[in-house]
Formats: sequence, C-alpha cells, structure tokens
Amino acid sequence: MRKGRRILAMIAPLASLLTQHAGPDRNRTGLPGIGQPARACADPGAASLSTDLVAVAAGDRQAFARLFAHFAPRVKAYMLKLGMPAQRAEDLAQDTLLSVWRKASLYDPAKAEAATWVFTIARNLRIDALRRERHPEVSDDELLEHEDDRPPADELLDGDRRARRLRGALAALTPEQAEVVRLSFFADLAHPAIAERLDVPLGTVKSRLRRAMAKIRKALGDDDR
Amino acid sequence: MTARHLSAAQPPRPNHHPSDALLVAYGAGGLGEGLSLAVAVHLAHCPDCRAILAEVEALGGALLEDLPPAPLESLSLAATLDRLDCEEAPANPCKALRIRPRRVPQWHGMAAPGAAPDAIPALPSPLPHPLRAYVPSLDGLSWQRLAPGVRRVELLPRTANGGAAQLLRIAPGTALPHHGHGGLELTVVLSGHFADELGRYGSGDLAEVDGDTNHQPIADSHRDCVCLIATDAPLRFTGLMGRLMQPFIGL
Repeated sequence: MRKGRRILAMIAPLASLLTQHAGPDRNRTGLPGIGQPARACADPGAASLSTDLVAVAAGDRQAFARLFAHFAPRVKAYMLKLGMPAQRAEDLAQDTLLSVWRKASLYDPAKAEAATWVFTIARNLRIDALRRERHPEVSDDELLEHEDDRPPADELLDGDRRARRLRGALAALTPEQAEVVRLSFFADLAHPAIAERLDVPLGTVKSRLRRAMAKIRKALGDDDR
Repeated sequence: MTARHLSAAQPPRPNHHPSDALLVAYGAGGLGEGLSLAVAVHLAHCPDCRAILAEVEALGGALLEDLPPAPLESLSLAATLDRLDCEEAPANPCKALRIRPRRVPQWHGMAAPGAAPDAIPALPSPLPHPLRAYVPSLDGLSWQRLAPGVRRVELLPRTANGGAAQLLRIAPGTALPHHGHGGLELTVVLSGHFADELGRYGSGDLAEVDGDTNHQPIADSHRDCVCLIATDAPLRFTGLMGRLMQPFIGL
C-alpha cells in the first residue's frame, strides 16, 4: 500500500468549488433540447428546483425536463469523480433521473432541498452499481419510536436561504476540513481510509470532520447538540 | 401498520451515538453494507442522529450542486423520456432491459430444513426497520453456538472488502474475548445490555470502536444481550481464547 501518498493535488481549490450561484432567475419557458444532449441552463435557485420536483410528482414533464437539464450533468460529474467510466456515469445519471421521476411523490420540500434529495438517490445507485451492495436506511414513516422534536417545517429556513447559508459554511471550512469532506463524498472513503490516505492519525481526521460538521450545523441553525 | 403505532411505551433514547465522522461516512456512502446497517439501526432509535444525518446529506446536496456540470455525450432527455414511457406502458415490455441482476439476498441465518430451531425468543419485536430486510422471520433464525454463552446468526457473509455483519446473542455475565481491530467495528444493541471499558450500552446504543482500540464487552444484565456487530475488517482477538475462537466466530 502506498501509504502517505498525498492527494492534495486532487483537491481543487475551494474558491472554484464553492462558487455562488447566480440566483433564482432562469428561463422557464419551453423544453430544453429534446432530442439533443441536454445542456445545463442558467442555475436555478434551490426553491425553484424544489417546486419543479413537487410538480414532477404530479406528472409535469416540463418540470422534469428542467430538473434533467440541471441535475443529469451534475450527477454524471459526481459519478465521474468517483471513478466511473463516462458511459457508466451517464447510465447512472439516467437511472438517477428516472428514479427522481418515479419517487417524486416521496419528496417533501419542507425536509430537504431538491439537490439533497437527488444526492441521496445518486449515492444509493452508485453504491448498488459499484459494490453490488445496499445502503440500509431509515424511512420517516418506519421509525421505531419518538416523534421528531424538530421545529415544524414553517420555522425552518426557506430553501434558498438555507442553500446560501450552507454554501457560506462550506466556504468557511479550512482547507484541511474541506479536504476530508471532499474525500468522504467523492473518493468513497470512510474516515479510517482517509487517515491512511493522508497519512495522518485517525483522530485528526475525525476531529476535522467534527469541526466541519459543527460549522454546517451552525449555519443551518442546529447548533444545539 | 408502522412500528410507531405498535409501541405504546417509548423506550429511552440511546445514550451512545455514532461520531460525526461515522455519520459523514454513512451519509456520503463510504461505509460497507454491514457498517451502514449498524448505523441505520441506531438511526431508527435516534432522532438526534437523524437530524445530523440530514445535515450531512444537505452537505452532499450542496457539493453535488457545486460540481462543474459534465457535458452529456449520449445521454439525452428524449431517450430518458422514452424510457419513462416504456416503463409506464401497461404491457411494460422494456422494463427488464436495463434492470441489472440484483445480488440475491442470502439468509445465512435461516434454519436449514430439518435443523432444530433454537426456540428462545431473544430479539425485540418489532425489529428495527432496517434489520427487517436481513432477518425476515424471527422464527426461522438458527443460532449457532460459538462458545459457552455466545451464539451467532450471520447476516451478511464477508464482503469483498472484508466486512461482515452478524447478530450475537450473549448470555448474562459472558465476556467476549479481548479483541483489537484492523478497522471499524460497530456494535448496536437490540435487546439487553452490555458493558465495556467505554460504558454501558442498552437498546439502540451504538459502540464505535476503531483503530487500535482493544475492548472486552460483557453482557451485564439478567437476560441475554442481542446485538448486531458489523466490521469492515477481520478482528484480531488478542487472548488465547480469542485466537481459538476466531476461526469460528468469523468476525
């Protein structure tokens, strides 16, 4: 094992990763590029993506087309980062978007942003495809006990504001914290493997992740644990 | 009927939780199936950790959102809509085209026909939801005796990366051999209690052991302790008893 092989070079500079999105303005008319490879359109805001996802649950194909244009190239990029060949990455991007269509009725805009929800679908399909494994999960309606004592949905930050604060928190991570976060999400590594890859003690990786999550938690207003 | 309706008296919330690092690994999809199962069983008991997981997944969403979009080559919206139409057609002629063969779940814990079932009820009812896909029926479980006071049901055979998951049933007062770990070992209690150097664990509590930790769990209540143990690497038992048991315990 090539221990200590640093991959800092893999980690793109934070500034380019954490670019702010332009805002919620975008062209909502017409279907983008049917019959053509879809192009990314102007970045929509988190709230309008959520609205589209809710519309997809009612069978709205124009909303689906907008989600496709926005997410398919990003899911492909996610799969590529995790080492998938281009064709496989596109297959999985398609599977992810098909799953978005099929499961749209399960999406609750009060609980998660559209990107969060799409991420979990892509993650699970990636695990299934890459490792032939499942990702055991807990669904909200199957909880054993304890009603969540979270604030009701209308007290949560609205989607766009939440997304902005989350980006602000990401930008506030130190380079070391950002590195372990990115290795967690884009290198298919759990913390012990990250420690080995970076050749730092496991406790260091754990505390970087803990501090990173503390910043995220604070930004999202959940800093009480 | 959901489990929530079944439980009149609410058991106490867990006291021992996964680290943030473990929840990040779970939410990012970096844990093997057995370790993920252990985390999911804890999450079923723990609203606090579900809230943290929601934050981890929001982080994943923000990272996905920030990725530079990769231009699509052969994938198109039109082809995707065609597949939608195809799947939604009544005859559904094409559904099988892209469905990959799924790994067939293997119920290693199920009793072989003719095997004498061990009738002692030890698992909680209802089972935590994430476990139900792995333990379809309590009646069919066949507990293998590993050592005095220790029985096991294998849930997931060892995976390609060396991980495994099993249920252990430990009789009161039984100590498992001292062992160290090559990687992560997660223990989540399903019923009863155990204690180790780090504390006392009850239903839903998750013990997270990593790196060079050595620990010796002891079942310390008056009834059997049933727990799910998942590892991502084979354990190294340190005592003589442990070395003798390792081939059998298969952790």
